[in-house]
Amino acid sequence: MNRKKTSWIVTTLLILGSLLILFPLYLTITIAFKTPPEMAGNLLALPKSWSFDNFAQAIEMTNFFNAFKNSAFVTIFVVIFTVLTNSLVSYAIARNLHKKFYKFLYFYFLSAMFIPFPIIMLPLVKQTSAWGMDNLVGLIILYIVFNLSFNVFIYIGYIRAIPVELEEAAIMDGATTWGVFWKVIFPLLAPMNATVAIITSLGAWNDFMLPLVLLSDREMATLPLVQYIFQGQFSTDYNLAFASYLMALAPMIIVYIFAQKWIISGVMKGSIK
Amino acid sequence: MKKKNSVFLIITIPAFLLFFIFHSFPALQGIFYSFTDWKGYGDWNFVGLKNYLNVFKDERAGDAYLFTFKFAIVATILVNIISLLVAIGLNSKIKFHKTLRAIYFLPYILSILIVGFIFNFIFAHFLPQIGDAFGWEFLTRNILGNPDLAWIGIVIVAVWQAVSFNTILYLAGLVTISEDLYEAASIDGAGVWTKFWKITFPLIAPFFTINMVLSLKNFLMVFDQIVALTGGGPGKSTESISLLIYRGGFEGGEFAYQSANAVIYFIVIIVFSVIQLKFLNKREVEN
Repeated sequence: MNRKKTSWIVTTLLILGSLLILFPLYLTITIAFKTPPEMAGNLLALPKSWSFDNFAQAIEMTNFFNAFKNSAFVTIFVVIFTVLTNSLVSYAIARNLHKKFYKFLYFYFLSAMFIPFPIIMLPLVKQTSAWGMDNLVGLIILYIVFNLSFNVFIYIGYIRAIPVELEEAAIMDGATTWGVFWKVIFPLLAPMNATVAIITSLGAWNDFMLPLVLLSDREMATLPLVQYIFQGQFSTDYNLAFASYLMALAPMIIVYIFAQKWIISGVMKGSIK
Repeated sequence: MKKKNSVFLIITIPAFLLFFIFHSFPALQGIFYSFTDWKGYGDWNFVGLKNYLNVFKDERAGDAYLFTFKFAIVATILVNIISLLVAIGLNSKIKFHKTLRAIYFLPYILSILIVGFIFNFIFAHFLPQIGDAFGWEFLTRNILGNPDLAWIGIVIVAVWQAVSFNTILYLAGLVTISEDLYEAASIDGAGVWTKFWKITFPLIAPFFTINMVLSLKNFLMVFDQIVALTGGGPGKSTESISLLIYRGGFEGGEFAYQSANAVIYFIVIIVFSVIQLKFLNKREVEN
């Protein structure tokens, strides 16, 4: 690699291209801080004074902290339980793939990846509301269960590369299957757990369709859902709307700025498997 | 050994049951209701294949399928071309390597719905202002308000968002290619173009296959972008199949009818994915 010279042409092209990504974000940030007359003057200019009035108003109108709390609650529990349960199920399947039942389970979970959500959407909503699951807890359970499809796929590829001898040694020392998993396998799965945690949290945090069809109580709305309801009611004040969008995007962007190295490599690992 | 078996069963059977109850059972129910006239409440009767025949005769459904295909095919092609170019760029010897990579992956972490709202503003207000300022006639009107052009706006937003994930995949493939191969080719006098077609492309063929299949599948399910940008309009010109099933099923009392539509939609996605896999795998082998 070092033998090659830096290509300034490619660097320049990539920088120009990256402006296409950064520009909408620049627009979002500046509009969020402006007042309507200021925006009418010059759309591109920086705000004259960085006022937080729009944010204060948007927080009140969208009940932002409540939505943030809901999104955080759902995401945290989905990530924790997805990593704990999905890895365990994958382990049980991976170590028994030579048996018919487990092999069937493997392909059963995999094939579900190709079922588009709209086909289960209508009956699922009827079913979950009949069972009193049209709330955040129901949402959490559904995410954990639906995540199995993809996670079984990436965990099993990884688990099968772990030598069985490691487990046999632990069993000789008197460990149970349960103990073997938590003490030997789970720690070895750390890179995959991180990958699953990243992909799962992005999915749960940003998802719009499942909260839209499942949640009937407005108090339970998650961040994307709040933006949708908000947009429908106050579509005229763009400064307010953009302050609201910015607040909804900011938590993920902040996490990304600090952890982008791990996020990118985590997603990369998940996608190669 | 016996005890070990039972532990594995205790782990997998609840997972299997939960998955069946919340995923497969609703899917089977959907298929079942597609043969009835259920509105989502009240009584129902079996109607046989009537719903299916009606979907085929339904102009609104036909338009939704046409729009979804047109959108998905154009978006899939654009996303793959652009993300391959970006990935090759990011993989070459450049300055600000880490920063650029972080910027190009940024859209992947953002909510599609909110990105859609932001672009909605760009199409409705920002671009027309630019058009006015520079006297560019074609930009002065909001393309999302034009039934013939609104789909292009949705393609732009979908591509803007999806390029990041596809770039990650292509980059994952590109970093596995050894630099020596290119050097050897250079010595043999191969140009940039030859190197791309003879080395790069064949070696990342599996990633190309995955990207094509996944992007087409995801774009066929387009929903968030449309809700944020056009709501299916103007008229019904950008109503995707998912949006039609959602609207008809929840708001229009067409539970059974849209279930039939969902089954057809499912079959279409499976057929498309299988055809694509067959075609692309064959090409991979030939290479």
